[in-house]
Amino acid sequence: MITARTLTKAYGEFIAVDGIDFSVAPGESFGVLGPNGAGKSTTMRMIGATLLRTSGELSILGKDPSIDGPAIRAHLGVVPQQDNNDTELTVAENLYIYGKYFGLPRSYLTPKIDELLAFAQLEDKRDAKVDSLSGGMKRRLTIARGLVNDPSIVMLDEPTTGLDPQARHILWDRLFRLKEDGATLVITTHYMDEAEQLCDRLVVMDRGRIVAEGSPASLIRQYASREVVEVRFGSGRNGEIAASISDIGDRMEVLPDRILVYADQGEATLQAIVARGLMPLTSLVRRCSLEDVFLRLTGRTLEDA
Amino acid sequence: MSIGTQPTGRLHVDVRRVGRIGALYVAEYRLRNMWKWKRAVITDGLGNPVLYLASIGLGVGSLVNASLGPQGLGGVPYLLFLAPALMAAAAMQGAMTEAMFPTLAGFLWDKGFFAMRSTALTGGQIADGVLIAAVCRVTFTTAVYWLVLRAFGAVEWASALTLIPVAVFAGACWGALMLAITAHAKNDDAIISIAMRLVIMPMFLFSGTFYPLSTLPISVQWIGWISPLWHATELGRWLSYGMPLPSWQVAVSFCYLVLMGSVGLLVARRRFEQRLTA
Repeated sequence: MITARTLTKAYGEFIAVDGIDFSVAPGESFGVLGPNGAGKSTTMRMIGATLLRTSGELSILGKDPSIDGPAIRAHLGVVPQQDNNDTELTVAENLYIYGKYFGLPRSYLTPKIDELLAFAQLEDKRDAKVDSLSGGMKRRLTIARGLVNDPSIVMLDEPTTGLDPQARHILWDRLFRLKEDGATLVITTHYMDEAEQLCDRLVVMDRGRIVAEGSPASLIRQYASREVVEVRFGSGRNGEIAASISDIGDRMEVLPDRILVYADQGEATLQAIVARGLMPLTSLVRRCSLEDVFLRLTGRTLEDA
Repeated sequence: MSIGTQPTGRLHVDVRRVGRIGALYVAEYRLRNMWKWKRAVITDGLGNPVLYLASIGLGVGSLVNASLGPQGLGGVPYLLFLAPALMAAAAMQGAMTEAMFPTLAGFLWDKGFFAMRSTALTGGQIADGVLIAAVCRVTFTTAVYWLVLRAFGAVEWASALTLIPVAVFAGACWGALMLAITAHAKNDDAIISIAMRLVIMPMFLFSGTFYPLSTLPISVQWIGWISPLWHATELGRWLSYGMPLPSWQVAVSFCYLVLMGSVGLLVARRRFEQRLTA
């Protein structure tokens, strides 16, 4: 579906995407993970044929976006980071008008709009102005809009950023159904739980480069241990205490507010720390997640990145 | 119900059709959006001519007609002299509004152009569509203007065939230029007020709108010469009531407007595409 070789985008001196290679297979759900400014959105826009690459090769649905832009975009479903529906028009009008931009006839669009409204759980908002919708509803409308042409690839740029937890879960459910239906998804996110839920395979980007690639589980296996212990001793003391327990566990990350100790057996590791007479203010034993992979690979947590 | 497994939509996608008439889809969208503002559009369309004609047309007109006598403005009543200028001015202002606001919105406010550009449309088609819709709005506005003029008894029936096309033509050319300029705007705080205060008002006042340009001192007549409104007004007067105009001047005025419109549209198309792919 998508093949990129040494794909590069430079803005003058600044290299936003620095020679990345990846490919996406039909039916795959592919994630692009990384902090703000890593080059995720730039990559997405190049795949979406709305941003021309500086160099490298890029093939989407077997075509070159520099040459066949409209023909490629006609078979993509793009869900941008920022909702950009027309707020004056109604929900149904937005879907109808957007469908027209793909050359879709009214006879196709009329039943399709009903189907999309059901999918987005917006049936009773059909004739409401977009202005009056909640954030989660606007997001679902943008996603429904991206599906109006039965796209071969659905591209979601940070689909749940800025939504409350309940709205996120509704959205994940909808996206998961798309995936079950065999759609090819390309998703960027900086939420690790989102990537773990939705992506079969993902790449981690940092400063314009791909720093790791694999399934969520394999990345965790490769770059983190099974479990991790988070201990807090107060911001002033984390540094000195870290030195005294550096032999415990497989690996350690010292953050300003806490120390992370990676190990196969979290509880046993915590016991070992306490056995040295150290009493953490708080402690937490948990399974390792993509967040830990990211920390390992980039040296930063996603929040400060 | 499933979404992704139904490939029927893919078969209906028609890239070539969008390539041919995509601009019309954009125009359809713009007209639907304008329709949401129908009360404002209609109030503006009616209020503007009624106010101008009642105050300046009748008020000032009675003074002008009285003081100049029948030969004063080439032997035509003041309202007839005024009509082409007011209609062209209304058309140009309408076209400017419908070129600037949607363009600022599309690039800066709701960024709707970016959504449109992620379909089979191109940036150039989006520019074309905005202009087409602006011309539709202007056609409506000038038709209403003409009807009000007719109601005031200022013009004959046949004048509809000349006054409306000239005004719409002037609006289209001016709208294209405004489209090109707005497409370059990085933010929205200055452009509208600059356009209104420093361009539209002087143009309106110094384009021979209310009296022949030759009445003005030569030192400010140049404002009229570069003003598209003056060129449109001259053409309108020539066509609607046969104001004498040498044929070279007809040609210059016509070409001036055509040039403004075509350069404006070409620059706008290029800039739209550039900005939506940068």
